[in-house]
Amino acid sequence: MRFDAERVRKDFPILGQTVHGKPLVFLDSAASAQKPQCVIDAISRFYAHDYANIHRGVYELSVRATAAVEQAREKIARFIGAAVNEIVFVRNATEAINLVAASFGREHVGEGDEVLITHMEHHANIVPWQRLCQEKRAVLRVAPIDDRGQLLLDAFEEMITTRTKIAAVTHVSNALGTINPVEEITRIAHARGVPVLLDGAQAVPHGRVDVHALDCDFYAFSGHKLFGPSGIGVLYAKAARLEAMPPYMSGGEMILSVTFENTIYKEPPYKFEAGTPDLAGAVGLGAAIDYLRAQDLDAVATHERELLAYASDALAEIPDLRLIGTAEHKAAVLSFVLDGVHPHDIGTILDREGICVRTGHHCAQPVMQRFGIPATARASLALYNTRDDIDALVAGLHRVREVFV
Amino acid sequence: MSDLRELYQSVILDHNKKPRNFGEPPGSNRSAQGHNPLCGDHVTVYLAVVDGVIEDVGFEGRGCAISTASASLMTEAIKGRSLEEAEKIFEGFHALVTGPAVSAVDARALGKLTVFAGVREFPMRVKCATLCWHTMHTALEGRDKSVTTE
Repeated sequence: MRFDAERVRKDFPILGQTVHGKPLVFLDSAASAQKPQCVIDAISRFYAHDYANIHRGVYELSVRATAAVEQAREKIARFIGAAVNEIVFVRNATEAINLVAASFGREHVGEGDEVLITHMEHHANIVPWQRLCQEKRAVLRVAPIDDRGQLLLDAFEEMITTRTKIAAVTHVSNALGTINPVEEITRIAHARGVPVLLDGAQAVPHGRVDVHALDCDFYAFSGHKLFGPSGIGVLYAKAARLEAMPPYMSGGEMILSVTFENTIYKEPPYKFEAGTPDLAGAVGLGAAIDYLRAQDLDAVATHERELLAYASDALAEIPDLRLIGTAEHKAAVLSFVLDGVHPHDIGTILDREGICVRTGHHCAQPVMQRFGIPATARASLALYNTRDDIDALVAGLHRVREVFV
Repeated sequence: MSDLRELYQSVILDHNKKPRNFGEPPGSNRSAQGHNPLCGDHVTVYLAVVDGVIEDVGFEGRGCAISTASASLMTEAIKGRSLEEAEKIFEGFHALVTGPAVSAVDARALGKLTVFAGVREFPMRVKCATLCWHTMHTALEGRDKSVTTE
């Protein structure tokens, strides 16, 4: 069955508006995706009917709230092929990676050890490791990418040494759209005894992810890129890993008993959830996953692939435009530069046409350095985008050239 | 399109394409670097200050049309001026791009810089226009350091 993006658009109330007198064209889902009405309603309903703190009260509301949050955890676990006790609620992918660096990293990485990342990482998958390495006098190693923005797998493999304690790699690059061969990456690293963290922030909204099939040790993603609310994210970790890891933050909610001499922690995942988490956020994320599961995810993937091909061809027709990131396996992300026009100026002119694109370094300055550019403009697509959006972008880019050329 | 034309006036587009006073001038004795982490833009402003007068000025860096043109037009506006005059022009320029419309008197004092009046309609772009001025201000104070828009 063909995917009906027009029908899907009606589920997202924000998309129906005009901006600067023009119909809104939202092409920045890689930064944060829009929310379907059912997610907005689920959050509102939770606050209006079921809200209380969880795991504490003996009263009805607390029981309902606890059930709602734990159901959300189950939905997430099912969605990515994990067990329920392997799902830790965090604020976002950034916090998930920080948790692993601070807990697993500090325990396993010592002086002279190595952490292996790639040249296409988001700052969130660079800076926590860099800080860890500085603290431990360890070495941060960076696997190179080619001119199309693809990881050089052989070089990656060669950079694994007996000192490598973890490899942290993005599943899909936010700046380039590259889909990494994460199954192979994990296999290569595991063959050398190296655990793998995958940054899935850009991957989960666009296709099926099965963490057990991938066999990765850690998988991080944000709710807000998955059509859920901001402020809630997920760390998946293999149960045995969580079991062995020390807590990240500590305080209430994560303990069994506390005396001034000693504290006994709860079992994972609760050991890693100190303090009251974003309860409504978790419920909203659960609703977003319900929404996605009600779609034909293969049809969504096909829709996005076709749209990417359509957009890539259309942008190639624009004089002086260069796509940055042309990997063979690519998600629906189009980073580009226009000769003689700074991306910031592109962004301002497109905005006046009602078109939202991201301009800048996309929290991936090393990627910009790799391609010798200060910034790009980036259009990123989701299931609610259509060919009309791409046509509007192309018309907008012609406007940009009218002003500048 | 009209407010876009107001922003991207021909003088701005011209200075973006052909920046004046690009590079470090001979005799430069003060400099500072500016950085806009939002867009990754950098600017370095060089000043040759002799007896309280900006004898020469230049800049280097890459940025958007607004920031490049602003730096270029700034160098023209402050060359030959005393330090006090330069600071005064900076104040006027800042008022022009951030505040309510400037008076006719102030506009006369700003000369060509009034082409940046359209920036105030684009709040996200004010930092692009003012980065070089903040950098110049830092250089004037003789502090060889960097400033950022954040």
